[in-house]
Amino acid sequence: MDRPTLILSVMLMALLMRAATVSAQAVAQDSARTFTISPGYRFTEKSGEALYNATCAGCHMPDGKGAQGAGHYPALADNPAVEAAPYIIGNVLHGRKAMPSFGDAMNDDQVAAVVNYTRTHFGNRFAESVTPGQVRSLR
Amino acid sequence: MAGLVAAFELRNAGYHVQVLEYDDRAGGRAWTVRGGDRYTELGGATQDCDFADGLYLNPGPWRIPYHHQGVLDYAKRLKVPLEPFIQVNYNAYLHSTEAFGGRPQRFRAVQTDYQGYIAELLSKAIRKNALDDALSVEDAHLLLESLRQWGALGQDGSYQAGRRSSERRGFATAHGGGLMPSAVPSDLLPRDPLLASSLWQWLSSGNEQDFQSTIFQPVGGMDRIAHALYSQVASAVVFNAKVTAILQDEQGVTVRYTDTTTRAERNAHADWLVCTIPLSILSQIDIAVGPDMRAAIDAVPYETSVKIGLQFGRRFWEEDEQIYGGITHTDLPISTIGYPATGYGSTGPAVLLGAYMWGPASYEMGALPPAERIAVALSQGSQIHPQYAREYQTGFAMSWSRSPFTNGCFAAWTDALREAHYANLCQIDGRIVLAGEHASHIPAWQEGAVLSSLDAITRLHRRIVNG
Repeated sequence: MDRPTLILSVMLMALLMRAATVSAQAVAQDSARTFTISPGYRFTEKSGEALYNATCAGCHMPDGKGAQGAGHYPALADNPAVEAAPYIIGNVLHGRKAMPSFGDAMNDDQVAAVVNYTRTHFGNRFAESVTPGQVRSLR
Repeated sequence: MAGLVAAFELRNAGYHVQVLEYDDRAGGRAWTVRGGDRYTELGGATQDCDFADGLYLNPGPWRIPYHHQGVLDYAKRLKVPLEPFIQVNYNAYLHSTEAFGGRPQRFRAVQTDYQGYIAELLSKAIRKNALDDALSVEDAHLLLESLRQWGALGQDGSYQAGRRSSERRGFATAHGGGLMPSAVPSDLLPRDPLLASSLWQWLSSGNEQDFQSTIFQPVGGMDRIAHALYSQVASAVVFNAKVTAILQDEQGVTVRYTDTTTRAERNAHADWLVCTIPLSILSQIDIAVGPDMRAAIDAVPYETSVKIGLQFGRRFWEEDEQIYGGITHTDLPISTIGYPATGYGSTGPAVLLGAYMWGPASYEMGALPPAERIAVALSQGSQIHPQYAREYQTGFAMSWSRSPFTNGCFAAWTDALREAHYANLCQIDGRIVLAGEHASHIPAWQEGAVLSSLDAITRLHRRIVNG
């Protein structure tokens, strides 16, 4: 009878300890495994990887492979369409079909970072060449 | 809801109907998760809900305003029992991590003090003749009297700790009986920190018509209404039907679908089609409609949201803190703690809503695995209720962006998008009409789905009858 409780409390301690690094105000440090919750209506992550995990991964999945249900979320992994940087920047800034826009919730640096990350990971080997200026010109 | 409403009403009107449903259950987003339910989200994470008997989470809609007469009409006609949903609870908390040392404050204290200070300041301005331009002498007297009542001010127009304020914000020592200690008034929250706290942002949360009393929930879970509708048309419903194409010509409509359990490809034929597939899915399906409707289907982004149900071993919010139903608001990303508005005083476990998130936080939370979403909700909620760590038992975390049947939460129309596309979306295109919350001015509410469906089938019937 006691065992489930014991396991639970151990697990919960672990969860709470982990969560201590997760406070609402924990922002800046975007190391790979750090998780941020942004207060307000702007994303606070800065690195491409952190931004990818905070936004794109919700639908396109952490491995970039997309998903299939009643409809689908397209894969970003090994996706030739990712080569066309303006297309990807435009999708992030303005949305596409049911995909919401992120232009109001990210600045130019953030959009460039997450687009460059996507273009250079998940089997994509395109140039990491998107600049904040290019993002600004497509707003 | 929209599809079930259309099937129910059209069948009552004498039509033969067939309903194709992607899921293996009826109701769509009008959904309740209970112990024993298994849910696999996009990406493959599976949650086996382990809530105790009778406990539930409504991952989608969880309240029905009194003016949502379409939904309430089905509850009445189909004899679905309702009970009050508690929106505003004066004894629940308002919480800011930055204010009052992060200690949650009771709604009644914040509201009483906020009104008291505002009334006091306005009274001072009137007494200093600062509003003479706007007020006659008689009206100034009336306003002073109304402020005295509204703000619980003293005869001199000041707002002070004492009997009058404590009758609203609560006494430090409450009135008792016999020789129990005498009542002691409570101290006020200081004015300037209260203003700086921004806790006032939630005081008017119950003033919007959508949240005014009386507001309802079905006894036992939100899916009760959808299930009551389903029971009326069950013989017409095909589950596990994934629609892959929608064709029409002058003779009729053909819907191609895959039986997701057998992989068999099938066709359904009909004279007319009411299509209630969310635009997030429909925009990926070949559908034979004109370019204007096609553009409308493709135009609307979908918002996401995260809702997390947490089961605790006892109702500590009732037993320790005298919170019976209602909502605690916090500036933590979880935003909301919703206490069950049912089963008050019962012993044993209970489920509360431990997070209801929108905006960037809901994207970030929704992209985590379910167990980690729950961990964050526990960590944040324990800043308000330290009992969490000892009492937590099990949870269920819904991320709407990962919903296999909707790819999102609801249609996030903007004024500009409505201007460009809404009318085109709602037209009858040949033999096809769309319905759902996305084809309404009440997005995300069941009432939008119901009214949209009723309007669509009314126009469709008129077209059929009149040619």
